[in-house]
Amino acid sequence: MTRTNIALLVLIGCVAALPLFGDAYALRLGTMACMYAIFALSWNIVGGFAGYPSFATAAFFGLGAYTTGILMNKGVPLPLSLLGSLVLCLLLAAALGVVLLRLRGHYFAIASLSLVEVFRELVNNATDLTGGGMGLNIPLVSGSSVLSDATFFFYAMWGLLLITALVVIAVSMSKLGFGLNCIRQNETASNMVGLNSTLYKAVAFGLSACFVGAAGGLYAAWVHYIDPSDVFDILYSVKPIVMALMGGLGSPLGVVCGAFVYLGLEEVVWRNYIQIHSGVLGVLIILLLLFLPHGLVSLHAGKIWRGLSGRKAKHV
Amino acid sequence: MSEIRQEILHLSSVSRNFSGLKALSDVSLSVNKGEVVGLIGPNGAGKTTLVNTICGVTPASSGVVTFDGRDITRIKTYQSARLGLSRTFQIVQPFAEFSALDNVAAAALFSQPGESLKSAREAARAHLAFVGLDAQADQSAATLTLAMRKRLELAKALAMKPKLLFLDEVNAGLNSAEVERATKLIHQLAADGITIVMIEHLMKVVLNVCTRIAVLHNGRLIADGAPRDIIKDPAVVDAYLGQQYAQRNAARG
Repeated sequence: MTRTNIALLVLIGCVAALPLFGDAYALRLGTMACMYAIFALSWNIVGGFAGYPSFATAAFFGLGAYTTGILMNKGVPLPLSLLGSLVLCLLLAAALGVVLLRLRGHYFAIASLSLVEVFRELVNNATDLTGGGMGLNIPLVSGSSVLSDATFFFYAMWGLLLITALVVIAVSMSKLGFGLNCIRQNETASNMVGLNSTLYKAVAFGLSACFVGAAGGLYAAWVHYIDPSDVFDILYSVKPIVMALMGGLGSPLGVVCGAFVYLGLEEVVWRNYIQIHSGVLGVLIILLLLFLPHGLVSLHAGKIWRGLSGRKAKHV
Repeated sequence: MSEIRQEILHLSSVSRNFSGLKALSDVSLSVNKGEVVGLIGPNGAGKTTLVNTICGVTPASSGVVTFDGRDITRIKTYQSARLGLSRTFQIVQPFAEFSALDNVAAAALFSQPGESLKSAREAARAHLAFVGLDAQADQSAATLTLAMRKRLELAKALAMKPKLLFLDEVNAGLNSAEVERATKLIHQLAADGITIVMIEHLMKVVLNVCTRIAVLHNGRLIADGAPRDIIKDPAVVDAYLGQQYAQRNAARG
């Protein structure tokens, strides 16, 4: 395992200590941070490794949320419902991937974006099952006190993040990750050396959807009420891309750092510029991308150290 | 001929249309094991299309392609690669961010069943050494010179353990020392018993290496035979070699 992957696991381990210090608000932020990190890590499989800019995150987030919501309303316990969301998103995304991933570049981006709209309309119209535009209430899971509820969902989301990170690390070190890397660099040549690129891309798309779907399910159980415009919000598709770009495309450690930094920015800007928060956030993101085009991971500790010692040497 | 000829590739009346354009029409050709066939013809004659059609990049519109006794007319590109058809590209296609080693390892990894990343990298070292790129193994492919990238293509093709190797203008854009080096490599491969079909414009190389020449013109096969006969064939002289070449050749002997 490479050093950055170990650093990633250590970082995730540190996050687990949050309930020791934080109140319910900190736990809410922590849960969001884990959810964003799951988005970013998942997007990184198809967007970072394989180089296909997917806008489908919101589609599978919403699908997962509704799957869990519907199952729980039918009396299925939470863990099983989450598993249902995960498996459904995995299979559906892989099947859709076979078709959608024939498109490249901008065409694929638009097609994946339309997936969000299609799912939203389906949910809107299946009123009997989903409640349509009225939304869906989801039964409470634990609900003894506010703090224990917050702690439960924080650890559930954190556990999902850990699983996602382990799977992504495993993919990055495996033949699959190597193949996706080949596809990103030159798909024609990949086929020519005997790589079944359709299969690889479908698996990548499935893996990038399944944890997002499970996170959606957990989100639904956490907030107790979902409606189509909330869970199929296009921002859920855009945010992971911004996080990945901020953190460093392709690097698991980078995208998780990007997710945490993004959430921090979002929260700080929201608190201080309540009127113009999205404008300020947008400007900050543009500045970051302009001056740090390869993301936070390009700030190697070693490079900074060398820069400092180099300066010292000049002084002497 | 006393030896038993074993056919490895057979095309029977293969055609390929690009909407209105007939890029290949009614090409029938067979290649025997161990042969080195030169595929020549003017620009736009359909040489690269022929290779693409055999490898499944642009499947034939009509006709049948058989390889090693198996119908591969409608095969997918990655499947043909696993069967032992490998090729180099006229315009080199490296994985630019990968090191030379990983470029070749990718070829070994995905074309051979049961290969792991580790064993593929080991195999890759040997192939890089064969084409003389062992010193550049850890350099990224984007930083190699054109001649080196052409040899990298060759190493990738070899890592796929080909039964039939297509070389698409491996010498284009190389200087004469580099051409000599590449020619030597091709000789070595032929001596190892790999069947080769090479597209080549340098007649010196073609005559030096090939045991047989096939000539394409406007998508049709206009000649197919021994090198000495081909260069005297009036149809080939008209379409490709030119009168000057024929006269110079006749004067020489």
